[in-house]
Amino acid sequence: MSLHSNALLTRDAEGLFWMARYLERVENLARLIDVTQTFEGPGGEAGSWSALVAINVDGERLAGRTIDGKTVKSFYLLEASNPTSVPASLEFARTNARTLRPLISTEMWMQLNVFHRSILAKTPADLEGDALSRLCRQIKEGVQAHTGITEGTFARDQGWHFYLLGRLLERADQITRLLDIKYHLLVRGSGEERRIVDLTQWNVVLRAAAGYHAFRRVAQAGFEPWDVVSFLLSDTTFARSAALCVRDIGWHLEQLRSRYNLRDTAGPLEKVDELRQALQPGSGMIEPGGQLHDFLDKLQLDLSSLGDEIGTAFFRDWRPLRRA
Amino acid sequence: MTPFDPFSAYDPGPYYCELTGPGATGAAGEHVRRQIAEIGLDVLRARAEMAESDLMALGITFTVYSDATAIDRILPFDCVPRIIPRLEWDLLERGVRQRVQALNLFLADIYNDRKIVKDGVVPGPLIFGNANYCPEMIGFPVRFGTYVHICGIDIVRDEKGAFCVLEDNARTPSGISYVVENRHLMLRNFPDLISGIKLRPVDDYGRRLRNAMDEIAPEGIVDPQVVLLSPGIYNSAYFEHVFLAREMGVPLVEGADLVVEDDRVWMRTTSGLRPVHTIYRRISDDFLDPAVFRPDSALGVRGLIGAWRKGTVSLANAVGTGVADDKAVYAYMPRIIKYYLGEDPILPNVQTHICAEKEGFDYTMAHLHELVIKPVGESGGYGITVGPRASKAELDVARAALVANPANWISQPMIGLSVAPTLTETGLRPRHLDLRPFAVTGRSTWVLPGGLSRVALKEGSLIVNSSQGGGSKDTWVLAE
Repeated sequence: MSLHSNALLTRDAEGLFWMARYLERVENLARLIDVTQTFEGPGGEAGSWSALVAINVDGERLAGRTIDGKTVKSFYLLEASNPTSVPASLEFARTNARTLRPLISTEMWMQLNVFHRSILAKTPADLEGDALSRLCRQIKEGVQAHTGITEGTFARDQGWHFYLLGRLLERADQITRLLDIKYHLLVRGSGEERRIVDLTQWNVVLRAAAGYHAFRRVAQAGFEPWDVVSFLLSDTTFARSAALCVRDIGWHLEQLRSRYNLRDTAGPLEKVDELRQALQPGSGMIEPGGQLHDFLDKLQLDLSSLGDEIGTAFFRDWRPLRRA
Repeated sequence: MTPFDPFSAYDPGPYYCELTGPGATGAAGEHVRRQIAEIGLDVLRARAEMAESDLMALGITFTVYSDATAIDRILPFDCVPRIIPRLEWDLLERGVRQRVQALNLFLADIYNDRKIVKDGVVPGPLIFGNANYCPEMIGFPVRFGTYVHICGIDIVRDEKGAFCVLEDNARTPSGISYVVENRHLMLRNFPDLISGIKLRPVDDYGRRLRNAMDEIAPEGIVDPQVVLLSPGIYNSAYFEHVFLAREMGVPLVEGADLVVEDDRVWMRTTSGLRPVHTIYRRISDDFLDPAVFRPDSALGVRGLIGAWRKGTVSLANAVGTGVADDKAVYAYMPRIIKYYLGEDPILPNVQTHICAEKEGFDYTMAHLHELVIKPVGESGGYGITVGPRASKAELDVARAALVANPANWISQPMIGLSVAPTLTETGLRPRHLDLRPFAVTGRSTWVLPGGLSRVALKEGSLIVNSSQGGGSKDTWVLAE
């Protein structure tokens, strides 16, 4: 074996990180749109779609347009000129994959190439009626196929860790956004009626995160909303929980340090420790009466600065110029 | 029931046919003909369609830029293989080897002692006044005297079936990825055409190339770091760069991944800078180093040529090889071969008139309607006028261009290129084709069995370039 076979270009490390991030974003956006469609009860349409816009911070991009289901669905599912849309994210992912073709498997490239082409060919008819739910499922399954092919074919070297750092960071971020959608749909009124609507919405959130049955298994019969929050954020048995993602990010950073001798993991690891503490069930934040929205805001900022730390340490701002 | 024979209506006309001509593709040719009849054209067409959609899904494409849009195109694949019998290949291989050897000796000479000019074999101005002559190369030693590590030589056959060389490609010849991918495609989609026939394999190219790149690394480097330098994903041949990097098992780098410090080339990795020893560059000379060549080049690496001149890094191909594959220098190749090797060319040239010379200019002007007129500096089939096929207006344009700048042109007689049966909407029809074998040279030369057979898909067309509506065929070299 050549001495050089373990070298990874910084540009490729960054490409893997972002390819994974964009694909994770695509899957989650499909989940969010699916769940928004379900929230869209009689009379409440505008509210649920504007919540989706709010959590993606896309208000400005949609300025001057009527925020309704039609606009928002098209904005996220058809408009490649919108950088936060599914087609734009897939375009970014594919462009990254193109630069990574020497590293990724042929099967990974081929699936992404075909998936990209099929989604970019969608038309307004694909958003009508029950077609929307099918489209969301197609998108989810497209990313899941990518994930499976990657698991089965991608080399377990440095690049694998950068790929997973991207996916996990995005997944943690997205679960906070999914929870936030609930904040934007605060139930008015009081009493038993409010309680029932509220619980229904929490169930929808759980389903969107593929956590409904998982939650049922761990929850008490008479669960409270805060139990859902705590589950989605802190339960490390749940595949999409923020705490699990953050813990695994820490593991991948450790691997990069110990197995590949990358020396700049200290900054990101420090950030990981802070996040792990904040996500402890007993941390005080994830408790009844806590300010969920503020907490989620803070969490998103912390995750974003973790991403910056990783970028600075390995590729984005600082390209290491010292000799190996 | 005997199936309908799709060859019954096939007529190559006055041209030499690669499958049915007297060159004896033998039992293999018979097998292919029988299998095609057996499978039937409709099924072949359906399979060909699937094969092409596979190519699209696999991203085995080249990019065509028009206006602001980029379109990914496949190189159309024709499923009827081109078969080269063993003895014919022996001749081609020896001819290519001889040609590559002469090209390298010529380059070594014109960048050092200039004997061939002093002896009056090739005129000095043709070389030293050539835009591709690179003064930075003068007196600079390259390992094993190899300047052209990767060479593609375009070969055609005339009406009688005789091979001749149409063009040398000594800069960054492309097309090798299609040779290998076409074979994979053949095995996947047309296993019944190929089964049972003993062929020389084509999948050894990456290993051979990697060996050559290891060999030419600066002396004393035990485990050289080889990289492939690409202009990036927007280059039309990007797929081929990916292919080569993967087949060699080396990183595909862009200019921004490399940095020169202390006259050495380094690549930026997650664990810091790592030294680079051999660069197979798919960037033309002009763009390699903004400090030496085009200052506006964003594709290259500042200081690369300086490091190279210090001998800390090797480049394949060497800088300044373009002077050897110039269309005007081409006309002298038979004399160049004779001068250095004392041998006659194994593969003759096409007769060429150099319009920079009075004799050639006069002849060309007088016989414009019979000749193919080519600009000396272009590639990709651009700027060519085919006299016998041109309108009066087109001939007038060519004439004016010739008068305006004679040195920019050469002319050649029109060759009735050989044909091969090709699957078209109306059945099997003869289409003209050429052959580009690839030679890899480090310490010694290795020629990939076969090469890229490019086929002009338009009826009657003689221009096989992908940019001009060409396709390709799998090229079989028979092992016995």
